[in-house]
Amino acid sequence: MYNNNQYTKTSQYWLAVRTIIWKDLSIEMRKKTLVSALLIFSVMVTLVFTFALDLDKSTKDNVAVGVLWVTFVFSSTLGLNQTFANEKNQNSLEGMLLSPIDYTAIFVGKFISTYIFVIIVEIIVIPMFYILYGIPLFSPLFILIVLLGSFGYTLVGTLLASIATRTRAREIMLPILLLPVAMPIIIASVQCSNAILSGAHWGQFSNAFNLVIVYDIIFLGVAIMTFDYLIQE
Amino acid sequence: MINIKSVSKSFGMKQVLKDITLNIEPGEFTTLVGPNGSGKTTLLRIIATLLRPNSGQVTIAGLDLNTRSHAVRQLLGVVSHHTLLYDNLTAYENLLFYARLYSIKDYANRISLVLDKVDLTGSKDILVRTFSHGMQQRLSIARAILHNPRVILFDEPHTGLDQNNSVRLDQILQSTSTSGNTVLMITHDIKHALALSDKIAVLHKGEVVYQGSTTQLSFDEFAHKYHEIINV
Repeated sequence: MYNNNQYTKTSQYWLAVRTIIWKDLSIEMRKKTLVSALLIFSVMVTLVFTFALDLDKSTKDNVAVGVLWVTFVFSSTLGLNQTFANEKNQNSLEGMLLSPIDYTAIFVGKFISTYIFVIIVEIIVIPMFYILYGIPLFSPLFILIVLLGSFGYTLVGTLLASIATRTRAREIMLPILLLPVAMPIIIASVQCSNAILSGAHWGQFSNAFNLVIVYDIIFLGVAIMTFDYLIQE
Repeated sequence: MINIKSVSKSFGMKQVLKDITLNIEPGEFTTLVGPNGSGKTTLLRIIATLLRPNSGQVTIAGLDLNTRSHAVRQLLGVVSHHTLLYDNLTAYENLLFYARLYSIKDYANRISLVLDKVDLTGSKDILVRTFSHGMQQRLSIARAILHNPRVILFDEPHTGLDQNNSVRLDQILQSTSTSGNTVLMITHDIKHALALSDKIAVLHKGEVVYQGSTTQLSFDEFAHKYHEIINV
């Protein structure tokens, strides 16, 4: 048997996390199915809204942020559905569960790889929104709220995907479980984004901004504390 | 090495394992046979730390599965009828993935050693999805022995293999056993069970109804006994 005493518990943990991310990214780079599906979906949603809402400039400014978050939420949900489904389809999750790692490393690894896919989609969708809606979306504060909002949504989504993947109707089950739980962070992120883009001062959106941060921290704790129990039979 | 003491397991109202007690000595090759639904896979999943029993205790090398599951998993290698491999990674990448999860420092040497052992060195850079079932099963064994475990669990390893691959698998199973590992295999194929193992146990309706040494036990004699047991 291999003696892995040369690794500290922390370094073993992060090695497992990095390995799971490396594996997910390698598979996606080879298959290119998930990011392509997310991108096609996001582009379609954006274009449909653009042509369906043939609006004047001021109305466009008002609805653009809502449309942007609808695109992020739906495309992220599509990606989250695949987070554990691929492992389940190939029965490979068991391989990770049999290894001597802390099971939360599986959660952290799967969460980070899904978050990377979501960010890739956002990097492409935001400039597209800028072109179609003519709204300057490149303010650092706006980018920050997009990253924090997506962080919380992907975090809760990864946790719930680990539960939904064990159910028979997992594709339907995830949105049913996720959307009500994620509603506070979606609403707060939309409020913050609207306020930032309309040039509001910090006091006008600080509550919503703080809610996003608190939500992220709380669910990070909840996920780390509960994943061990959720993933085992 | 593996001590199973009064283990019971139910799924809902259905009791799958009833008060199982079984001891497997270090270095011993034990096979658990039984018809479908007898509880073999459930027992193996409990030993593999994937399921918890409702009552009873399992220890491996003196470590209790309930309290020392991390340490136990370091001692275990599991070959399931699912290969636990990723189709879109190469054979080498699959082994590299598991080598990192097991924190194996000299992983390059170890991977090359196990690939050689299962005769897949020439296919290491090929995607697993292009492998035949026999090759995938051999790679699955390489994955299971990668961290040089003291205990190897095989769950129906011969399922779906043709004659050639089945013979090849028997050779690998024999070599893992002669290397001093403790092996527990579950199967419903009594021919393989008798040919490979030192000890055989029969599980029927969730109970161990027979256990004994395979030496001086002929296939006909055991087959007769086995059919008598499961037809009661």
